[in-house]
Amino acid sequence: MKLEILGSGCKRCQQLAENTKSAVRALGLDAEVVKVEDMASIVGYGIMATPALVVDGQVRLSGRVATPEEIGRILRG
Amino acid sequence: MSLPVLDAPPAGTGAGAVPAGPELGTAGGVGRGSWRRPAVGLALAALAWLGLYVGIAPFARWLTQGLLGLDGHGHAGAAVQFFVFETPKVVLLLVGVVYVIGIIRTYFTPERTRAMLAGRRETVGNVLASVLGIVTPFCSCSAVPLFIGFVESGVPLGVTFSFLIAAPMINEVAVVLLFGLVGPAVTALYVGTGLTIAIVSGWVIGRLHLERHVESWVYSVKVGAAAPSVRLTFDDRMRAGAGAVREIVGKVWPYIVAGIAVGAWIHGYVPERALAGILGRGAWWAVPAAVAIGVPMYSNAAGIIPIVQALLGKGAALGSVLAFMMAVTALSFPEMVILRKVLRPPLLAAFVGIVAVGIILVGYLFNALL
Repeated sequence: MKLEILGSGCKRCQQLAENTKSAVRALGLDAEVVKVEDMASIVGYGIMATPALVVDGQVRLSGRVATPEEIGRILRG
Repeated sequence: MSLPVLDAPPAGTGAGAVPAGPELGTAGGVGRGSWRRPAVGLALAALAWLGLYVGIAPFARWLTQGLLGLDGHGHAGAAVQFFVFETPKVVLLLVGVVYVIGIIRTYFTPERTRAMLAGRRETVGNVLASVLGIVTPFCSCSAVPLFIGFVESGVPLGVTFSFLIAAPMINEVAVVLLFGLVGPAVTALYVGTGLTIAIVSGWVIGRLHLERHVESWVYSVKVGAAAPSVRLTFDDRMRAGAGAVREIVGKVWPYIVAGIAVGAWIHGYVPERALAGILGRGAWWAVPAAVAIGVPMYSNAAGIIPIVQALLGKGAALGSVLAFMMAVTALSFPEMVILRKVLRPPLLAAFVGIVAVGIILVGYLFNALL
């Protein structure tokens, strides 16, 4: 599973990255968590509000920080 | 201001705020009885809010004059009563308004705004973009992807700028604080002139045909199709509202308390008309100076407005004060640094210059009229 956190490096993006890592740990998933700060990639996903979470190439969350619990639900569901 | 926007509702919407009971249906559907509990909950919350709100003034009087025995007209008494009255009032207002606006904003995603603006004629587009700027969630860290997304989808450059000007300037924290601390008339002025500046500045930028000053890489980037928007239940929207309150009020309340404390001190201890000399209507340089100071500043409206209110009460001219507030919220140095990634210096300078001039004109206008 490849998880990408899209964002330009502001505090909220870092928070989303941390929460995602917590969720991955809590679920014991074998997942790669990558922070993407390159504008071209962010725009390539059609994202207009960061931070955003992309799971295996699909945008699952955009424009806000989610709790580890909610991220866990997204990853499971 | 940034606001959370819900994308996919969590799987199994039955969990969370919605109580167990009759089957409530899947994410898209809404069961028959499912709106009753949240509606009743909201109504009760609104009543409790009103009760608290109405009780603040008597409470402040009691605490200051009854409990502490201060004279309401003396320096200490005035300052304390001001503080005890304004702080809960502002916090309550903020919580209420941020919650409601948080819910409204779930109906306006950037993707939807973009779709509404793509291909619009200017003028109409400028007006629409400015109004949408108020209700669309916006964080200055997202300015670049948003700019690219808009421009690449056929939203005219000037229209995009109208959005970028209105969104940070007319944010709900500023509006609530103005309303709560200064009054509905000034709030209406702020929103009205803010919209006008956004519309006209964006229109002027469009007329100048500065498209060649957008960084060229912007036009060569491939913009992905927007993720399909997911239907949100009203429950999701309420949760978004609550999230907005936690995020925004949680971030901003220390500044509010500090700002009101300073405002309280000014209210109690600074003589009336003390500022009429330096910030009053006679000082012609006050407006451009206020804008020059305000433009680079990055601040939360939260800390500044309580001070602004106190200053107004001591003789500072309304136009100068309005100009200062707009300069602080509409433009900021960090935002310019971010936008530099997509705008070449001539366009960036034009953007800042046109908005600054607009704000200065508004400042002079109100100093002259009022």
